[in-house]
Amino acid sequence: MIYDIEYETMPREALESIQLRRLQATVSRVYATVPHYRKKFDQAGIKPGDIQQIEDLQRLPFTIKQDLRENYPFGMFAVPMDNVVRIHASSGTTGKPTVVGYTSRDINTWAELMARALAAGGATRGDIIHNAYGYGLFTGGLGVHYGAEKLGASVIPVSGGNTKRQVVIMRDFAPTILTATPSYSLHLAEAAEDMGVSFQDLSFKFGIFGAEPWSENMRKEIEEKLNLSAVDIYGLSEVLGPGVSIECHEAKNGLHIAEDHFIAEIIDPVTEEVLPHGQTGELVLTSITKEAFPVIRYRTRDITSLNPEPCICGRTMVRMDKISGRTDDMLIIRGVNVFPSQIESVLMEIDGVEPHYQMEVDRKDNLDTVTVRVEVSQQMFSDEVKELQRFEQRIENDIKELLGISVDVKLAEPKSIARSEGKAARVIDRRKI
Amino acid sequence: MQAEQISIFLENKAGRLSEVTGILWQNQVNIRALAVADTTDFGVLRLIVDDNAKAEQVLKNAGFTVRKTKVVAVEVADQPGGLHSILEMLYKSGINVEYMYAFVRQSGDNAVMIFRFDQPEEAIDVLSQNGVTIVEGARLYTM
Ligand SMILES: [Zn+2]
Repeated sequence: MIYDIEYETMPREALESIQLRRLQATVSRVYATVPHYRKKFDQAGIKPGDIQQIEDLQRLPFTIKQDLRENYPFGMFAVPMDNVVRIHASSGTTGKPTVVGYTSRDINTWAELMARALAAGGATRGDIIHNAYGYGLFTGGLGVHYGAEKLGASVIPVSGGNTKRQVVIMRDFAPTILTATPSYSLHLAEAAEDMGVSFQDLSFKFGIFGAEPWSENMRKEIEEKLNLSAVDIYGLSEVLGPGVSIECHEAKNGLHIAEDHFIAEIIDPVTEEVLPHGQTGELVLTSITKEAFPVIRYRTRDITSLNPEPCICGRTMVRMDKISGRTDDMLIIRGVNVFPSQIESVLMEIDGVEPHYQMEVDRKDNLDTVTVRVEVSQQMFSDEVKELQRFEQRIENDIKELLGISVDVKLAEPKSIARSEGKAARVIDRRKI
Repeated sequence: MQAEQISIFLENKAGRLSEVTGILWQNQVNIRALAVADTTDFGVLRLIVDDNAKAEQVLKNAGFTVRKTKVVAVEVADQPGGLHSILEMLYKSGINVEYMYAFVRQSGDNAVMIFRFDQPEEAIDVLSQNGVTIVEGARLYTM
C-alpha cells in the first residue's frame, strides 16, 4: 500500500520543482540562523541567492560528523530551544555523542515518513506492530512508534531486550509486523526455538529491519527462520532517524528515498566529486524540510549507489542500493577506491562460497598487488584441479568486472584465515607508504 | 562396479600431507593408494582407503574439506603396451580420462590403475566388453 499517493508517486518534474523551492528555503534559513553554516558558506563565497537550480547544491560545502561534534550539544540547531520539543542523541563510541533536535512539525514529518515506510514494508492500519527497536535516545524505537500510530496500526512498544517476554508477547498478542534490527530478529528466532515456540505458528507477515547493514543472504535467513517477508529501512539520526529511505515489499530491490524531504547525492569519498546514477560511492544527504536540525550535504560515510529506474510498486522516488559498507573501510588500490564489502558481494553471488575471505594488499616495485584468499567450502570443493582453477579464475574475472582491478585469488583451507570473535579479519594492508 | 575414493583439499604448506596421514593412522585407517595433484598454491589429495566412511568423518572433524568421488579400478597387464591398449579402447569410444594413478598392490600378475572418467558407466562397458577386468570397490579396499 502507498501511504501518500500524491507525493510518493509524483512525476519527477513536479518533485524536482518542490525540491528546489524547499532547498532554497532551507539554505536561506540555515545561513540566517546557524553560525556554522554562515561561516562555511562565506568561506566558499556562496550566498543563499546563488541557489538557482538543484545542481547549485553542489557548490555548497559538505557537513561532516566532526562539524556536529564541534558544535556540541545544540550549536547546529536552527530554531530557539523554545521550539524544540524532542532531543535524540547517537552514542559516541569515538568521541562526543551527536545531538539532534526536533520541532513539533519535525516530529510530525518524521511520523509521516515512518507511516510511509511501514506501509511500503507491508503494514496497514489493521496490523499489530511488534516494535523491538530500542526506545530512548536512539531514534529507532520512537521513530517506528510515531509512524505506526500515524498509520493507525496498533503498536506494541516492547523495545529491545527481555527476549523471553518478547516471545511470549509474540505468541499471545499475535502481532503481524515485526520491527527490529536484523541481528536481534535472528536472536528472537533462536530464543523462540529454545522456548519451543515456532515462527511457523506465529502471525507475522512482514518485517522491517534496519539500523545496521545486512546482506541479501541474511535476508534469506531471516525470511526462512521467521516465516515473513523482510524489507530494509534506512536512516540516521543526524538526518532524521529511520524513514529516510525504505524498500518496498513488492520489489525488495533498493530503498526509495523520501526525496520530497531529502536530496541525495553520491560522491567519490576521496575526490569529493559528485558521481552519476549507478556508480558506487558515499551517500550525501541534504534535508529540505527540517526545522530544528537541518543538514546541508551531510556525509553519511555509507556506501551505496542510486537507481532512478521506475519501480514496479509505482513510487517515483529514486532508490538507493542496500548499504554495502562504510567509507572508513575503504582502500585505494592503484588509484581505485575499493571496499572490502564489494569483494564480499562478488563471493556471495557465486553459489556455495561462504564469504570467508581475506584481502592481502602489498606493494611490489611501486605497484599495488592484491591477493584474495577464499576459504574452500564443502559445497564448492571439486575433486578436479582444473575445476578449482576455473573457480579461482571466475572470482578473479568477477572482481575485475566489478572493481576494475586485477587480483590474484588463492583458495584456502577452511578455518585457515585467522578469526577474531568469530569474524575473519578482512584486510591485511602491508603497503608502507 | 565403481569404487570410492576420498578427495581432500590441501593448501601447499609444509606438513599438511603428513597431518592427513597422521590422522588416518591414529584412527586405524589403512591407506591403499595415494596421489596428489597440485598447482603452485593448492593441491588435491586422493586416497583409496580400507574404510571410507571413517576416513571421511575423522578428516572432516579435523577441519579438512573432504568429499567422496567415484573412480574405476582397472586391471592392466603388467607388460609393454598394457596401459596403451586400454587408453586406445577408451579413446576410440570417445571417453575422457580426467586423471589416473597407480594402485600399490597387484592383482595376480596384473597391475591395478585407478581412473576417473567423464563417463564412468560407458567406460566400464567398453572395458568389460574388451575383456578387461574391473576391480570392484569391496575387493579393492582389502587387496
Ligand atoms: Zn518500489
